[in-house]
Amino acid sequence: MDILYLLIPLSVTLVLFVLIGLWWAIFRDQFDDLDVEAERILHND
Amino acid sequence: MNQNQTFYYDRVVRQFSVMTIVWGLVGMLVGVLIASQLAWPALNFDIAWLSYGRLRPLHTNAVIFAFGGSALFASVYYVVQRTGQTRLFAPKLAEFTFWGWQLVILSAAVSLPLGYTTGKEYAELEWPIDLLIAVVWVCFAIVFFGTLAKRRVKHIYVANWFFGAFILAVAVLHIVNSAEIPAGWMKSYSAYAGVQDAMVQWWYGHNAVGFFLTAGFLGMMYYFVPKQAQRPVYSYRLSIVHFWALIFTYMWAGPHHLHYTALPDWTQTLGMVFSLILLAPSWGGMINGIMTLSGAWHKLRDDPVLRFLIVSLSFYGMSTFEGPMMSIKTVNALSHYTDWTVGHVHSGALGWVGLISMGTIYFLIPKLFGQKEMYSKKAIELHFWMATVGIVLYIAAMWIAGVMQGLMWRALNADGTLTYTFVESVKATYPYYVIRVFGGLLYFLGMVVMAWNAWKTIAQGQSVSVAIPELSHSQRNA
Repeated sequence: MDILYLLIPLSVTLVLFVLIGLWWAIFRDQFDDLDVEAERILHND
Repeated sequence: MNQNQTFYYDRVVRQFSVMTIVWGLVGMLVGVLIASQLAWPALNFDIAWLSYGRLRPLHTNAVIFAFGGSALFASVYYVVQRTGQTRLFAPKLAEFTFWGWQLVILSAAVSLPLGYTTGKEYAELEWPIDLLIAVVWVCFAIVFFGTLAKRRVKHIYVANWFFGAFILAVAVLHIVNSAEIPAGWMKSYSAYAGVQDAMVQWWYGHNAVGFFLTAGFLGMMYYFVPKQAQRPVYSYRLSIVHFWALIFTYMWAGPHHLHYTALPDWTQTLGMVFSLILLAPSWGGMINGIMTLSGAWHKLRDDPVLRFLIVSLSFYGMSTFEGPMMSIKTVNALSHYTDWTVGHVHSGALGWVGLISMGTIYFLIPKLFGQKEMYSKKAIELHFWMATVGIVLYIAAMWIAGVMQGLMWRALNADGTLTYTFVESVKATYPYYVIRVFGGLLYFLGMVVMAWNAWKTIAQGQSVSVAIPELSHSQRNA
């Protein structure tokens, strides 16, 4: 099952990117005022 | 600011919306034909181009990548502009993705009936077409992330996270799985062999379900359900948890397609465990979408478009419960290779992907062509019931057929010999194949009603340019 030496590191790398994305989102205040954000799409078109 | 910059770029959204309907008609018609061939094999007409083995990949490619893909392109381009309050980045490149994608579909429609195939399920197209897909997809990513980068609203709405994950994951999946060595213009050999190839194939195959058919359409759901219901999503917090939980856990469900094969046992079990874990985020999202109507259930009675969207979520819930159950090895020992799998796939495809796309297109068409609503609300109503009854006929027939086949294949006599020959199980399946044809036909005819309704709506409307609204100071990108 040599293929796992490709697929598992690939998945781990992707998860790292997901973590970076989550980190970025949290520290760029993306999740600070969720009630306002949920409503916003209803008003603007 | 350039005059053009004050309007959304909706031309490409219109193109993809119309083609969603066109490819839906084509793909579903081919589906009805091959379902009929299974019931009445004479419908092959002894013509190689019309044989089941060649038309089946044409059907799957047409409904997933042509119909579903066009619906995704349309909603991604629409939603990323609206939620970011900005015009599409590189509209010319977006136009290229439209024509490029249509060229991919046409190449598939020609090459598959001619018998050109890599033999990889859901990745049958030969290498020159694979390259074109990769180019179009990279351009799609540039347009999407470019638009996201120039957004004027600081917050990235949750639908865009789903779209972003869908675009990136599909790029990786396609490139890894399609690694192949050309041997002539329309012939190639996979870079992997034997069980390695099977593992890559189903790592791709199931993640295509997860990121193309799930994440992409969830992005659609998180925008169009609240818009159509005119209420914010039930819990925006839950939608964010839904997103991160889903993409953290999705990647390793693939091995459940290879239970009891040459794949190492532990890898099979790993696939099963990850499939079971997926039940949690899936149901979180399903409940979140449906509960958006909490306190306003009456809207379901009056609004057939909303009904498409909400019923699609209940099929999403059903198939994301059924899937993990079928990934359990003991259950899989009964269900695998039977028509139960086909029923499961179609509960997801017709129920979830189909209905949410139709709901979305019903939302988009009037807006894109300057109309208040679709030409005929009664026709939407009719379409809804045709589609729903069609799905129920289809999946109920396949459930019964599948469980029956599984039981017949494993039945043993006292002396250890098989009770039934294979052909006896085929004969017993015949009535269910006929019911399936009628279910599919009803679903297809519903699509014809939609096409007529859209035609009428577009004929009395015209292409409109929608101005991007001014932002108040607090909304601006900080």
